[in-house]
Amino acid sequence: MSKLLNSGGDEAEFAKPLYVPIKRRSFFMYAGATAGATALLLSSCNDDDDDTSMPGMVDVGSGDTGVLNYAYALEQLEAAFYTMVKAGDYYKNAVAAEKAILDDIAAHEIIHREFFKAALSTSAIKPLEVDFSSINFGDRTAVLGAAKTFEDLGVAAYNGAGQYISSADYLTLAGKIVSVEARHAALIRDLISNGSFVNDVVSPTTGLELSKSPVDVANAANMYLKDGFKINVGNIK
Amino acid sequence: MDLLKIISDIEKVDPEIYDRLDPRRRVFKHFGVAGKALASAAIPGLVASIFSKAYGQTGSLTPDVANVLNFALKLEYLESFFYNKGLASGTLIPTGPGRDAITLIARDETNHVAVLRQTLGSQAITALKDTDFDYTGAQGGKRAAIFGDVFTNYATFLTLAQAFEDTGVRAYKGGAPALITNKAVLTAALNIHSVEARHASHLRTMRRGGPATIASATAPKSWITDGETVPAAAAAVYGAGSPATPPTGSTLANASKFFPAEDNKTQAGVPLNTTFASFNLPAASFSEAFDEPLDTTTVANIAVNFIVSGVF
Repeated sequence: MSKLLNSGGDEAEFAKPLYVPIKRRSFFMYAGATAGATALLLSSCNDDDDDTSMPGMVDVGSGDTGVLNYAYALEQLEAAFYTMVKAGDYYKNAVAAEKAILDDIAAHEIIHREFFKAALSTSAIKPLEVDFSSINFGDRTAVLGAAKTFEDLGVAAYNGAGQYISSADYLTLAGKIVSVEARHAALIRDLISNGSFVNDVVSPTTGLELSKSPVDVANAANMYLKDGFKINVGNIK
Repeated sequence: MDLLKIISDIEKVDPEIYDRLDPRRRVFKHFGVAGKALASAAIPGLVASIFSKAYGQTGSLTPDVANVLNFALKLEYLESFFYNKGLASGTLIPTGPGRDAITLIARDETNHVAVLRQTLGSQAITALKDTDFDYTGAQGGKRAAIFGDVFTNYATFLTLAQAFEDTGVRAYKGGAPALITNKAVLTAALNIHSVEARHASHLRTMRRGGPATIASATAPKSWITDGETVPAAAAAVYGAGSPATPPTGSTLANASKFFPAEDNKTQAGVPLNTTFASFNLPAASFSEAFDEPLDTTTVANIAVNFIVSGVF
């Protein structure tokens, strides 16, 4: 990536970070301009997000950078998961159709991870180290069950975080990715039990996906991240 | 999620919340003020329903937001009547997994119509009827049918179903930026968008022959890929919108301002296939990994093929 950033001409233009961090002072100037609204928003903050602000955690940050880093963290988790899947015994012995599906999904997740890394540039959080010791990569049921968890979590995360994005362009980019995650989630579910593509993740009375707050998503994701790499999303608000 | 706490949170910023929740009191115009608490409340169905009753039926959505939602509502009618008509068409949809899936999808689409109408309240368009639609593409006899066997040939039915869902995904994605000022409505729209994508994925899987079948040019992947066979009349579903390229003068972060075709491989100015060449990923994966938005005009031009007159 650094090679890319240092190259000249159009490529350098392409590689400019999507997001130029707002300097602390100018952020507060901006916040001051909307002090009333901010106060209103803060008054409705969750009371249950305090437990995520612990020392040794990776703070994804605030504002649009925070949301993009939050997405980057989840894509890192997914990409690492499918990389492990492809090195495991279930994949090695899987039927061709399932191998092809896992190959595609693994590629998509790597592209998502690398895209966020490139877009965030110097604002990106560090590479996360995962802990998948609870997953038996030799067992189809265990692998697909974990894949379902990660894909559903990804969809729920993007849907729940959209409201914290202030840039229409970033919202669109997130939208371009979340629908692919939803396609993954539906197919993984169908691999486990054909016809379960919406089941318990879509309300039977409203037809809406049951999205999750960043705090709830982080609590689930942190179970698969090593100490020192668990994410703190408390500043996304 | 604690409903009472949410209401209490909203009460702190909106002292009239209890009046709003009580249908006997006057409902004031105030959508969007309660910000975060309202948005998080919009997630579970029951809660969403309570709040759209409180905030939705007052003519209080901005015209931009109402326009996007009404446009989405028309597309949901298009889908809802399509599936329900298919389910009512004799033996078109075989009993078993196929019928179970179409029944589920029909349920979701009918629910989407209801949720959008509820959110729009008095700002919703007049309800559409099944007679407003002609799924053969003949526009009520104004021209020759394009999909004349849509309700007698299961393969044609599924082809159109996939096209409608993939169009829906693109349409919601294109409409989302206009909802950015209204967090509760945006969240609801996103929660519909991903459901359309789940439907599209499953319909593609059905057309492929099930999850255990390997994809081919005529047996689509569950995601949109290069080189898949699409009927000429449905090509626009996967083509570019308007404008197809970034506006003059814009450089990088312009994703919401143009509508490339689904085979697009450049995101936010990053040419994915060359930038990430060292990962040795399949060539098709770079466009598969991102779905593309579509503008209202292009979506309307697709939908109008299935309308008798007016509507779009």
